Amino acid sequence: MDDLLSEFLTETNENLSVLDVELVRLEQNPNNPELLSNIFRLVHTIKGTCGFLGLPRLEKVAHASENVLGKFRDGELTINPEAVSLILQALDTIKSLLAVLEATEAEPPGDDLPLIERLNLCAEGKLGSGAAPAKPAPAPEPPPAPAVAAAEVAPASSGNLTLDELEAIWNSTPGPTSTALAPVAAEPAEEPAPSHDLVVPDPDPVPAAAKMPAPAADAASGAGAGGEAATKESAVAAQTIRVNVDLLENLMTMVSELVLTRNQLLQILRSQKESEFAAPLQRLNHVTSELQEGVMKTRMQPIGNAWAKLPRLVRDLSHELGKKIDLQMLGADTELDRQVLELIKDPLTHMVRNSADHGLEVPADRVRSGKSETGRITLNAYHEGGHIIIEIQDDGKGLAIDRIKQKAIQNGMASEGELAAMSDQQIIQFIMKPGFSTAAKVTNVSGRGVGMDVVKTNIEKIGGTIEIKSQQGKGSTFVIKIPLTLAIVSALIVECAGERFAIPQISVVELVRAAADSEHTIERLKGTPVLRLRNRLLPLVSLQELLRLDDQEGGEKKTDETFIVVTQVGTYTFGIMVDRVFDTEEIVVKPVAPILRHIEMFSGNTILGDGSVIMILDPNGIASATGEMAMGETASKEATSVQATRQEDKMALLLFRAGAGAPKAVPLSLVARLEDVDLASVESSNGMPVVQYRGKLMPLVPIDPGFMIGQEGRQPVLVFADGDRSMGLIVDEIVDIVEERLVVQLTADRPGLMGSAIIAGKATDVLDAGFFLTQAYKDWFGSSSTDAYEEERALQRVLLVDDSPFFRNLLTPLLSVAGYDVTAVENANEALALCEAGEDFDVIVSDIEMPGMSGFDFAEAVRQGGTRWSGTPMVALSSHASPRDLDRGRQAGFTDYVAKFDRDALLYALQQTLSEQKGAA
Amino acid sequence: MSNAKLPATTKKSKGDEITSGGSQDYVTMTIADQLFGIPVLQVQDVLGHQRITRIPLAPPEVAGSLNLRGRIVTAIDVRLRLGLTSRPKDKPGMSIVVDLRGELYSLMVDSVGEVLSLSNDDFERNPATLDPRWREVSTGIYRLNGQLMVVLDVPRLLNFTTMEAA
Repeated sequence: MDDLLSEFLTETNENLSVLDVELVRLEQNPNNPELLSNIFRLVHTIKGTCGFLGLPRLEKVAHASENVLGKFRDGELTINPEAVSLILQALDTIKSLLAVLEATEAEPPGDDLPLIERLNLCAEGKLGSGAAPAKPAPAPEPPPAPAVAAAEVAPASSGNLTLDELEAIWNSTPGPTSTALAPVAAEPAEEPAPSHDLVVPDPDPVPAAAKMPAPAADAASGAGAGGEAATKESAVAAQTIRVNVDLLENLMTMVSELVLTRNQLLQILRSQKESEFAAPLQRLNHVTSELQEGVMKTRMQPIGNAWAKLPRLVRDLSHELGKKIDLQMLGADTELDRQVLELIKDPLTHMVRNSADHGLEVPADRVRSGKSETGRITLNAYHEGGHIIIEIQDDGKGLAIDRIKQKAIQNGMASEGELAAMSDQQIIQFIMKPGFSTAAKVTNVSGRGVGMDVVKTNIEKIGGTIEIKSQQGKGSTFVIKIPLTLAIVSALIVECAGERFAIPQISVVELVRAAADSEHTIERLKGTPVLRLRNRLLPLVSLQELLRLDDQEGGEKKTDETFIVVTQVGTYTFGIMVDRVFDTEEIVVKPVAPILRHIEMFSGNTILGDGSVIMILDPNGIASATGEMAMGETASKEATSVQATRQEDKMALLLFRAGAGAPKAVPLSLVARLEDVDLASVESSNGMPVVQYRGKLMPLVPIDPGFMIGQEGRQPVLVFADGDRSMGLIVDEIVDIVEERLVVQLTADRPGLMGSAIIAGKATDVLDAGFFLTQAYKDWFGSSSTDAYEEERALQRVLLVDDSPFFRNLLTPLLSVAGYDVTAVENANEALALCEAGEDFDVIVSDIEMPGMSGFDFAEAVRQGGTRWSGTPMVALSSHASPRDLDRGRQAGFTDYVAKFDRDALLYALQQTLSEQKGAA
Repeated sequence: MSNAKLPATTKKSKGDEITSGGSQDYVTMTIADQLFGIPVLQVQDVLGHQRITRIPLAPPEVAGSLNLRGRIVTAIDVRLRLGLTSRPKDKPGMSIVVDLRGELYSLMVDSVGEVLSLSNDDFERNPATLDPRWREVSTGIYRLNGQLMVVLDVPRLLNFTTMEAA
């Protein structure tokens, strides 16, 4: 079954059972607004999801129910048992539809008009409203009153109904008819109280469905589907189990305890030379590690999981609203705690929906205001300091301050006078208030005012904040900041004055050892320590002074050696002085106790593998405590270094030996790590040697296909990694790292080699890393063929724009081998800077999905700007190559469009483009 | 490490009101030769000497944090909290772990005594002349044979000025 669908089924079934209970409670406490709004939101969610999944029948029923609930919420209708049973009936209908949906993966044909009509009547207040008596039978208005009872009484009065109507009613009241029948029949004669009976038996349709002996042919199919659904349901349930997060949390605590005990045992073991416990303890050790990792994993999920539904949602929205929408998602693999993920899933969906519905304009309006027809929504997630930041950005019309003001006055949230005194930022905050919606009309999509207040409550529940930035006509940005609580981060452990601290690895740029005898020494400017680092002055912060640590370990200060942790916060780089640097460790960030939360130097604390508690330093806090100096200066320095990435500059190359022949080289930037693999740990999987590496299987690929891996000893391995995957290339010996200009002199016809170049004065084979990547994973690139490209070798200049360093580094050598002079830049702005700097290129190859300016915008900028490049052909590189994208690319000004991982196609396209260009010239 | 774990109760109701008649159970402890008591239901654990990680920049009463079976517990030096001098270094001391709004705190004391069931008739309000610092953290005094026991109010004990700054 479609993942989306099965998830929808699980979720909706859960929501429905909650609704059953909540509705009954609501009936008992009609004046509980919290209960009501919760019900409303649940129904709203069901309706929304049905809409996006293209389930019109379900959606209609849910929509009609939501209308009724909306009236309740606005106080236009009073809550009475009839209306509640009507809504419960609607829920039952939804349940039965879901059962069929689960069995057949399609909605059953037909509609639920009678039910919807009754719901609409109810919403209009013509049914059981206001002072209408609780009993349906003596209701004053004859037509609607029997309608209420129709469902319950239907079988009794079936004589008056046609077979079709009967079937419709059958559909709308799947099971409980038989159960509900008795009290209903008895009811009119009795006092009003039993009207509750109408409601109470309803919520559980399953036993009722089972009771049905399927008398008529029509009924048989329905009941059959129901029975099937019951068995199917258990099948779905067997694949995934929903576990309470508290349970996982407990498990995690227990496992941590187990780890500590294990560590103690190992400690004892180490002190004993020979012990019969050694082997079992070793096994315990492994099992415990795996258990710990497994339990940790149960909690962590990439944020992409919460986004999985969004492309579909946006696609459907764009059809429904007649808008062109381009959704970009960046940082989908940012991991966060499952609990946090669950809680932000709905808010994110709401916000994307809002951006699409309220934010973006219709194409005509966009064109009028000089924007491209296609609106863009960008989702971006990343770690920053101790937080996860999620940005939802649209390039629509921005928040309409005037409309918000009007609406605020209309809803009595503020007076005109009060509003006049408010800043725009304060006015924007109104959209977070319950019951607020500026959409002119209530659409199917949004505009009921459930959105932003839910978003805000949910985010605040997990201790996050939400910030809105809006620029009239330019679009709006929502920035959600969630604390990193429980998220696992890699941290560097350092020591200062006898205390250990953890620094999140993510903000550590490099480590420098400063000592009298090393090339780096700490100098002082009026007492302020600074360090000369690569011709720049790095401000230093002494952790000991900052934390006011007094040396407990006696007065023996090791002033002769200091380690400097070069840390980057935003654009501010500074060094933290520490006494010692230990290893990096994966840690689970736990919040500090409330009495310590005011200390901004710490983002949390954690328990290390050896069981000790350690404080986690917050680089942001340290940066702001020491003053954010030199911000502007650093930024401008960075800008001038754009040219540094030019291909003409030297490139770091890793030299190594493998097999016979010349030494081999590979660009160092392609190599993620150098490892030394114990050959005893090499296993075989799928006929390929693999090794367990950081909890994953990493295939090992020899350079020479005939190479046999030994059984013992250690073997150096170059680890190539991209995203989740890694591959180990077996080499004999790592020789050196040199900086050279890579000029491939001879192309090779051997697969796996790009050619030969003079490196460090010797003829060296340059490795084609791509070839080996495809050896490990067939699908690493679209194509795995590695023919030599011997086309015209006149040096044509190519500008490569790609945000991924991996692909930049991969394509640069590839293209230079193919005879192009390549200049690689990281983003469109840098490319445009080169244009202004007067550079010329024969062809521009650009990625589409880039942060900041996208490839489309870049192409438009190049084409429309009337720049010197306006005639330069452009080739788009993208992982999405649908016909729609192709069209869009052409419109934006791209000459050709190539799927990102298809190297052959890229080279072919370049060749075509350039020869066309020549022909035209 | 002597971990005398008390009956396993995960969620404890705090500060049962003392009513006349009947009796209350207290865990007793001594700090600077004075007997103190905490309602037994608020106590999670009794610990021996622990390795404590210092927390720089924290209030002086916060001795540091420690790891209790995978949970991070904030250690409070009750002596400093009560305005006494800190414990001499050569005495190891003991700790009582309490739960306050889901967070665990370890109260460092000189020694932990026994669990006493005390009759409410022996309970008395704080004398008006008691040191204000003590009055702030105590709910009252029990008259025992030969000595007096000060009842500590855990939430107030942990509510030092900086606490609400969070």
